[in-house]
Amino acid sequence: MTELLAARARQVIRTGEGETGIECEKQSVAGSVSQRACTFCGSRVVLYPIADAVHLVHGPIGCAVYTWDIRGALSSGPELHRLSFSTDLRERHVVFGGEQQLEASLVELIERHHPKAAFVYATCIVGVIGDDVSAICRQVSERYGIPVVPVQSEGFQGSKKQGYDAACEALMSLIGTADASDVGPHTVNLLGDFNLAGEIWIITEYLKKMGVEVVANLTGDGRVDDIRKAHGAGLNLVQCSGSTTRLAMQMQAAYGIPFKKISYFGIDDMAAALYAVAEHFKDPEMLQRTRELVSAEIAEILPVIEECRRDLEGKRAAIYVGGAFKAISLVKALRLLGMKTVLAGSQTGTRDDYEYLTELCDPGTVIVDDSNPAELSAFLSEGKADLFIGGVKERPLAYKLGVAFCDHNHERKLPLEGFIGMANFAREVRASVCSPVWQFAPRHQNSEPQTLEV
Amino acid sequence: MLNHTPTEIAERSALRINPAKTCQPIGAMYAALGIHRCLPYSHGSQGCCSYHRSHLTRHFKEPVMAATSAFTEGASVFGGQPNLLEGLKTVFTTYSPDVVAVHTTCLSETIGDDIPQIVGEAKRQEIIPEGKYVIHANTPSYVGSHVVGFANMCTSMATYFAKEVKSPRRRTTDKHQINIVPGFVDPSDMRELRRLAEATGLKVTMFPDTSGVVDTPQTGKHIFYPEGGTTVTELQNLGRGVATMALGWWASRDAAIEVEKKAYVPREILDLPIGIGATDRFLKILKFRGGEITKELERERGQLVDLIVDTQQHFHGKKVAIFGDPDHVLALTEFCRDLGMVPVHVLTGTPGKRFGEEANRILGAKAGNIKFEGDLFTMHQWIKNEPVDLLLGNTYGKHIARAQDIPFVRVGWPILDRVGHSLMPTVGYAGAIRLASRMLDALLDRRDRDAPEHQFELVL
Ligand code: SF4
Repeated sequence: MTELLAARARQVIRTGEGETGIECEKQSVAGSVSQRACTFCGSRVVLYPIADAVHLVHGPIGCAVYTWDIRGALSSGPELHRLSFSTDLRERHVVFGGEQQLEASLVELIERHHPKAAFVYATCIVGVIGDDVSAICRQVSERYGIPVVPVQSEGFQGSKKQGYDAACEALMSLIGTADASDVGPHTVNLLGDFNLAGEIWIITEYLKKMGVEVVANLTGDGRVDDIRKAHGAGLNLVQCSGSTTRLAMQMQAAYGIPFKKISYFGIDDMAAALYAVAEHFKDPEMLQRTRELVSAEIAEILPVIEECRRDLEGKRAAIYVGGAFKAISLVKALRLLGMKTVLAGSQTGTRDDYEYLTELCDPGTVIVDDSNPAELSAFLSEGKADLFIGGVKERPLAYKLGVAFCDHNHERKLPLEGFIGMANFAREVRASVCSPVWQFAPRHQNSEPQTLEV
Repeated sequence: MLNHTPTEIAERSALRINPAKTCQPIGAMYAALGIHRCLPYSHGSQGCCSYHRSHLTRHFKEPVMAATSAFTEGASVFGGQPNLLEGLKTVFTTYSPDVVAVHTTCLSETIGDDIPQIVGEAKRQEIIPEGKYVIHANTPSYVGSHVVGFANMCTSMATYFAKEVKSPRRRTTDKHQINIVPGFVDPSDMRELRRLAEATGLKVTMFPDTSGVVDTPQTGKHIFYPEGGTTVTELQNLGRGVATMALGWWASRDAAIEVEKKAYVPREILDLPIGIGATDRFLKILKFRGGEITKELERERGQLVDLIVDTQQHFHGKKVAIFGDPDHVLALTEFCRDLGMVPVHVLTGTPGKRFGEEANRILGAKAGNIKFEGDLFTMHQWIKNEPVDLLLGNTYGKHIARAQDIPFVRVGWPILDRVGHSLMPTVGYAGAIRLASRMLDALLDRRDRDAPEHQFELVL
């Protein structure tokens, strides 16, 4: 077996070998080439798509640059979120504090753009230099009469997950601050969908056809005023469970809104999500409409799936994504295309997620938490993968090994959610797996059982 | 997206909008990749390392390896010594690099970790194997910019490796060896600089050298440490060079000074050789230091001049806006001036008032808006007030180019939405031919697009 960082041995298991109880939710090993991001990244991801708020990164310039317009979280209206605002802290602020800088920046932004709210992200050094971000936010909020929300997202607090929590807290502070008496019963909030490539619009359209209205998109194409009355909705739909389950639980406790964890990837999971909604509202007509919708949508994409399946049958796929919930949907979607999963891993999965993954996958599949490039490339070669599904850092790794690639992260350019998304996914996978370039490109030149090539 | 930019320009003191720079550590990471079998090491939170790797990957379309100390809450209070010791242990046992190049982040700087002291401790604990090296550079994110981080790591290479010479008389020189610090440029540029210098008959020690590291061929393998990079032996022998040529005042100067301090190797501080004038000066110094300007080099230069003669009427009087890293922007400004264009807006995000002085010197009476430590919000406002025919800069210019509907040529770092820069140079005569052609394409494509039918001509 591929040599592992010794301390990570229990973060990798193989299905069918009686191994269970993967270790996860651990801090990355110091000195590892981890693929993971940090707390700030997690907060920024969740709140970023609120398009009519200003997002001010309080700290030295880097954090603001690396999160500037890199996510295709589309907005149907304002695009304030796509600009990069930073207090650009300099040495003098490190010595004397950055509070004045923060306040002046907020004032300038609010006076120029008249946003509905402002989020202030405290990055690595803000706490250390002693800035009282909450106090400044409170003052400015009082002065301008809009919510100014501090997000405690210092990178060292942990991985993305801690950042998700900080973001959920920020959202929670907005929810319930507006009148929701006009919100009807058959209504939902969408949580954990980032509207990448316009995916939320697809889902909203399905719901509309069923007779369900969306009150607030909390994490994609979001609007402050919608979020403020999100507490009026009848149901919360939680995708990307890692990021927003906690928020859903808090909303349940505070406002009694039930939630369902769903996924919009793949035919099975997409249909299951819509049925879950219809069943929840216990409206037979809605259920009927849902059935019609699902069968019409499936009928439309089935020919595409079948056509792609002919080219993909028997091919082998590896998955390494942010959250394990997505990995689960992907394993199923790949099956539909006749493909076998040889590696399934994530940066931030929970024990429950991994247990489910282990059950779902064929024997011999490698299940991995918080991996690194050397490990991934070894597993890819060992499993003779034809396709790798991952994010920005994984893409060149796959290509160097001669393996096809599909970005299932925030750099995807086509919607992959919904039924139409499954068709897009099938086409994209086929396009990469069947690219004529592979006839010229050597593959898995180090596929023998091996130790890492270093 | 940029409809949020007002035309009216107001004084701003605190806020940075749409930056034209980023933080030091990413520059240090890129520089460290240019040492053979070196693993860059980010001493801070894991997110920094992840961001820097992703960003470099987007530009180079290559895997970028770097390790992190993965700070926790505890480290932010008690210091990062345990993390760095643990990290070094992990790195040497798992990834066996020859060199680990540690850079700091805003967090480890603020809490005041003393890297040499911790590395000393690592030595005492025998964490660093025999014959392996740990070097470091301080790269506080709240000082300078990514360019300064790059420069700091280059300087550290000289500090740690260049063999000290006690007095100028004790110096042994290899009269064929020239040291070159290429600056924060693409691997294609480093290759081209080497080719030009070698064409004069000299032997080149280039540091750092990321060619062969972040421009590798597809082989079916992921090689953790590719073939490229300056070797430790080369760095140790920097003192033998007849001179050290620092290309770019911001990115390279300090490293050359350091080699001079340690080993009495004279420094030659030059502009980045982009365009005719700057490339001429580069070759002139190579000649002065013992190189020979061959017929072949003269031919190359002649071809470039010929191309410009053929096309100068299209460039003449065109207004251009240029932004990016200071060494790039100044060299590009000179090149545009020499093409007969008018650089009306010139901006860098990196601090340093020398930038303004140099830009003014290059442009003389024609100088327009010039700013260091600026951002793209300012650049956009300038362009709204005085429109241009062409925009030159990194990918972040695309928002402005679209909002104002101006032709845009991508040059500099980062380029996140096009390819070619890693493989085809911008420096030297060949680079100038490519750059001038791309600029001309952009201008003429626009002319063709906008021409009324009766003025749309086949031959231009
Ligand atoms: S925390 Fe500091 S070093 Fe890290 S990315 Fe942000 S600005 Fe750069």
